[in-house]
Amino acid sequence: MERLPMVSPVRVPAPPASMAANPLPPPDPQFVLRGTQSAVHALHFFGGAQGQGRPLLLSGSLSGLVHIWSLQTRRAVATLDGHGGQCVTWLRTLPQGHQLLSQGRDLKLRLWDLAEGRNAVVDSVALESMGFCRSSVLAGAQERWMLAVPGRGSDEVQILEMPSKTSVCTLKPEADAKPGMPMCLELWQADSSPRPLLLAGYEDGSVALWDVSERKVCSRVACHTEPVMGFDFDSQKARGVSGSAEKALAVWSLDEQQALQVCRTHELTNPGIADVKIRPDRKILATAGWDHRVRVFHWRTMKPLAVLSFHSATVHCVAFAADGLLAAGSGDQRISVWSLYPTHSDMSAPLLGHAEGREVGAHAVA
Amino acid sequence: MEPARSTVLLAVREALHNLSTSEDGGHILSTLGALKRYLQGAENPALPGEQEEFARMHFSAVLRCLVGRLSPGWLGLLPDGQLEDLWASFFLEGPADQAFLVLMESIEGAAGPSFRLMKVAQLLARFLSTGRMAAVMEGQCRPPAEPAFPLLQETLLTKVVGLPDQLGNRLQRENLEAFLPQNYFPLLGEEIMRALQAVVDSLRGGWDCSVSFLSRVLGKACVHGRQKEILGVLVPRLTALSEGSCLWQRVCWRLMESVPDRAMEALLTGLVEVAAGPEVLSRLLGNLVVKSRKARFVMTRKILFLQHRHSTPTLQSLLGYLAMDSQRRPLLVQVLRELLETWGSSSAMRHGPLPQQRYVSAALLICLAHLGDAELRDSRDELLASLMVGVKNRLDSSLPAVRRLGMIVAEVASARIHPEGPRLRFQYEEDELSRELLALAAPLPAADSPAEVEASPSVAPAAAETPDGGSTDGGVPQARPEGSGSDLDSDDELVPYDMSGDQELKSGKAPAYVRDCMEALTSCEDWERWEAALRALEGLILRSPAAAREVSVELAKVLLHLEEKTSVVGFEGLRQRALVAVVVTDPAPVAEYLTSQFYAVNFSLRQRMDILDVLTLAAQELSRPGRLPKAPQCSSPSPGSQPSSTPAPAWRAVVEKRIRNKTRRFSQGSARRGPDARPNEFNLVAGYFFFPLLRHFDRPLVTFDLLGEDQLVLGRLVHTLGALMYLAVNTTAAVAMGKAFLEFVWTLRFHGDAYVRQGLLSAVSSVLLSVPAERLLADLPDELLEARPWLADVAEQDPDEDCRLLAVRALLLLEKLRHALVPPAPP
Repeated sequence: MERLPMVSPVRVPAPPASMAANPLPPPDPQFVLRGTQSAVHALHFFGGAQGQGRPLLLSGSLSGLVHIWSLQTRRAVATLDGHGGQCVTWLRTLPQGHQLLSQGRDLKLRLWDLAEGRNAVVDSVALESMGFCRSSVLAGAQERWMLAVPGRGSDEVQILEMPSKTSVCTLKPEADAKPGMPMCLELWQADSSPRPLLLAGYEDGSVALWDVSERKVCSRVACHTEPVMGFDFDSQKARGVSGSAEKALAVWSLDEQQALQVCRTHELTNPGIADVKIRPDRKILATAGWDHRVRVFHWRTMKPLAVLSFHSATVHCVAFAADGLLAAGSGDQRISVWSLYPTHSDMSAPLLGHAEGREVGAHAVA
Repeated sequence: MEPARSTVLLAVREALHNLSTSEDGGHILSTLGALKRYLQGAENPALPGEQEEFARMHFSAVLRCLVGRLSPGWLGLLPDGQLEDLWASFFLEGPADQAFLVLMESIEGAAGPSFRLMKVAQLLARFLSTGRMAAVMEGQCRPPAEPAFPLLQETLLTKVVGLPDQLGNRLQRENLEAFLPQNYFPLLGEEIMRALQAVVDSLRGGWDCSVSFLSRVLGKACVHGRQKEILGVLVPRLTALSEGSCLWQRVCWRLMESVPDRAMEALLTGLVEVAAGPEVLSRLLGNLVVKSRKARFVMTRKILFLQHRHSTPTLQSLLGYLAMDSQRRPLLVQVLRELLETWGSSSAMRHGPLPQQRYVSAALLICLAHLGDAELRDSRDELLASLMVGVKNRLDSSLPAVRRLGMIVAEVASARIHPEGPRLRFQYEEDELSRELLALAAPLPAADSPAEVEASPSVAPAAAETPDGGSTDGGVPQARPEGSGSDLDSDDELVPYDMSGDQELKSGKAPAYVRDCMEALTSCEDWERWEAALRALEGLILRSPAAAREVSVELAKVLLHLEEKTSVVGFEGLRQRALVAVVVTDPAPVAEYLTSQFYAVNFSLRQRMDILDVLTLAAQELSRPGRLPKAPQCSSPSPGSQPSSTPAPAWRAVVEKRIRNKTRRFSQGSARRGPDARPNEFNLVAGYFFFPLLRHFDRPLVTFDLLGEDQLVLGRLVHTLGALMYLAVNTTAAVAMGKAFLEFVWTLRFHGDAYVRQGLLSAVSSVLLSVPAERLLADLPDELLEARPWLADVAEQDPDEDCRLLAVRALLLLEKLRHALVPPAPP
């Protein structure tokens, strides 16, 4: 399975006609992780102990458990139970200290300490929104970091400064906008300016860019007619892609005036995208489909590359490791791990997960 | 004149006397020298009148005498082979025809291998290699000085063409290279060319000439089956020469025209094969088909309708030749009409072998490609009528290959003959044959071959561009403006995987119980649910056989009457698999139901054939449960030893344990276990499957007449019965089934449809395989005795190739059976 994509870069001069006539057979997962015993709703690759080969994979399940999988042994090395049996919807690790953030539908956001084999809750934030919105973290090397969570009002987003849990501000859309609930959030910071920005996908299918310090919407664009279920943003190219309950992916971009505009949409076979992730090297992106399939696209051209059909239920989440490994978690209680189009640039940066990988790329170009 | 005659007569007589008696070398030399004066081109020649007289009257006598004297001693009379040279020079320099005749005569007259024979043969080889054969033929082309003597010409002709045979017969193993046909006939071709050159030269000089002898030589060589050798030399040369010169062209046409009728066929078939394209053919033949009835018959009937061995390029050049001249084009239209008639005639379809049908189809398409719209329009009604009849006949056939030809040709022909009309469009899968035929139908470029060569590279880049154009849709150009210089890494060319499996997901409304499925299938208005039920059904039946058994017959009824109301992908397969599952779960009642329905009134042919398919598949499934490969009955080498092994497992275990203790093994091979021995489940129910199907085949219903129109179903029925018979191997019912079946086969053995006959023949084989040998002889000896001559007859005479093959197979089985029962007589 790894062999086939390896051949592809070498075969560039081959005539396209023969390619079209003889496509590679659909790939199989590299391996499958079983044993969560409930649907998998969140996935996150975690660098693990540095320099120790493959990263760990964290998965959050419907039954409120967080499993930590070793990709070496392909077994669960630990199970964290901190959400009282409520679904875990979001997982993220912080760059410094082995700390894990997990968000559950018990309206709690837990901060775990995973260093040296510990797995204890060190802090927790009470949430006030019953929605499905996943939080977002903006953390640099400093001690303090920023957290965006769905706020108390149904259409609000709250920004907290951590670890002090001070509420920095509440981002509330103007009265006449009525975008509905926020569905997904992404905090980020452009290389040029220190001002943190927030991208938020809303229930009405629009994506908005907030300037956090000024608490105002810089730009907002309607990408879908259904709620935005997931998006990912490539800060280097200032382009993002979002999926919704409808049958299309939208690619949008951010220009110098910080205005969002839809570049194009991409029709899909079946409606419903639960999650979208761009690989840290910005070559490909993967979508988690309600149609049980994971779709892989070429990020620059949005050319469809593969349809991974392995799962027998809705795929809820996808995640990329810094080394290019793709994991997909599904309602059929399985996590499939795929190795497609291997990255040949060796990522020298510490494998700190998705957000970190992107920053590394940004610095490299700058 | 008179004095010349008498002087020559006297001189020759004296010389002959000297030659035949003298043993003195010098004397002989001087005598020969004197005689040589009479040959043309000698030093101090005799008077021309005398020379002529000598050549006419005495030359052959002298030669005969010379041959007669030939012996080692005689040649040794003078040193250094002087005598031999002189002797040979008479043959090589004198009038060629007489020399040739004398040489051939003496070779024929020789009793066996001898010195003289070898010498003469060598001389003949020299005669050939010095180009004297051209002189022989040239001589026949000149206008005769006196009334021609046809017998001489006839003899000469026979000898010229029959030379390799004669020499081969005479010399046996000592035959010379030059006389082998593969060498001789190309040489003859060369010589004909030289003779033709001489003819052309003398025509230019204003003398009359005739090429009829050359034509006869050519024709006779072709009749002898040497077209390839002789025409291989002639055609390229004539093509080249006739291109520039009118005279050559006329000579060439004349040459072809005066070939005798009985040699015309051989010549023309050879020509169309050798000639590279219609242009060449047209240049060589001119309007021969218009002038000669025989040529017309060969070209427009014999090659097209009575033979089918020619290759497609040959056909193309033949029909192209017909299309090249306005005088010949009416012939092409007529050919098309006749081809269409033959193509569509049901009798030709029944009795003609498949390769011929393919041949006629190819010819038909080539014809269509050559004919212009106007010509087609003139006879459109007639053509359309016979096309439609043909299409109907072809589509009625039960042989898939015949139907296919019908579809391919019908599509092309209807589009050509009636371009304004609605397009016929059949669903057939593209394969090599269809591509080849469709390529033939494409209108040809009007230019000749060099232009085609020029055209081909211009086609190639266009073709190469198309995939590029296709890939642009893949998104590369859209990416260019976006990507604008940010990253143009070339390794971004990620190769997509196969995404054909990416289809719309059906919502999961699948019922979980067999009964629910049935209800959903019968009364459901929710099509998604209906489809989900259909998809789930097979799995449900296999998972809960008990539940399925409760409703098996009802379920079979529902499935049998199920119609494809929405376009469900793979509907037929789903329904079939579900039905098979039902039959397998509850064989007896369901099989009974299905077989009874086969002869019921209100079913379509499709449903009846489905019943047959389902029964076959179910029987197959039953006879090998668990999808294990069929337990090979013959795998145990000695069935006799097996019973003894069963009562003594105890001691064997002990022995084996001891052996294991004492033996060191280097590798532990996996203990191979044969497939589990299980009773053949088909055993109990074979009768339910088989006999009801046999019961009513000869009773026509209003809508269903097996022995009449519905022969396709009859063919399927016979095949199904054969398969059931085969699957019933080792069952108790096999003997009764075999007996009934052979009777059934007997009634149908002369059926007109090849598909039915194929079924019958394979059925006979399966009876022979399934029924134990001793029971065959004990219970069905008469049937077998009757079947034997029938099989032999079919193996020899059936027009269908598959039928012949199957009959041979059945015969072999029968033979094997006989050997098994009647051991060959002890030596």
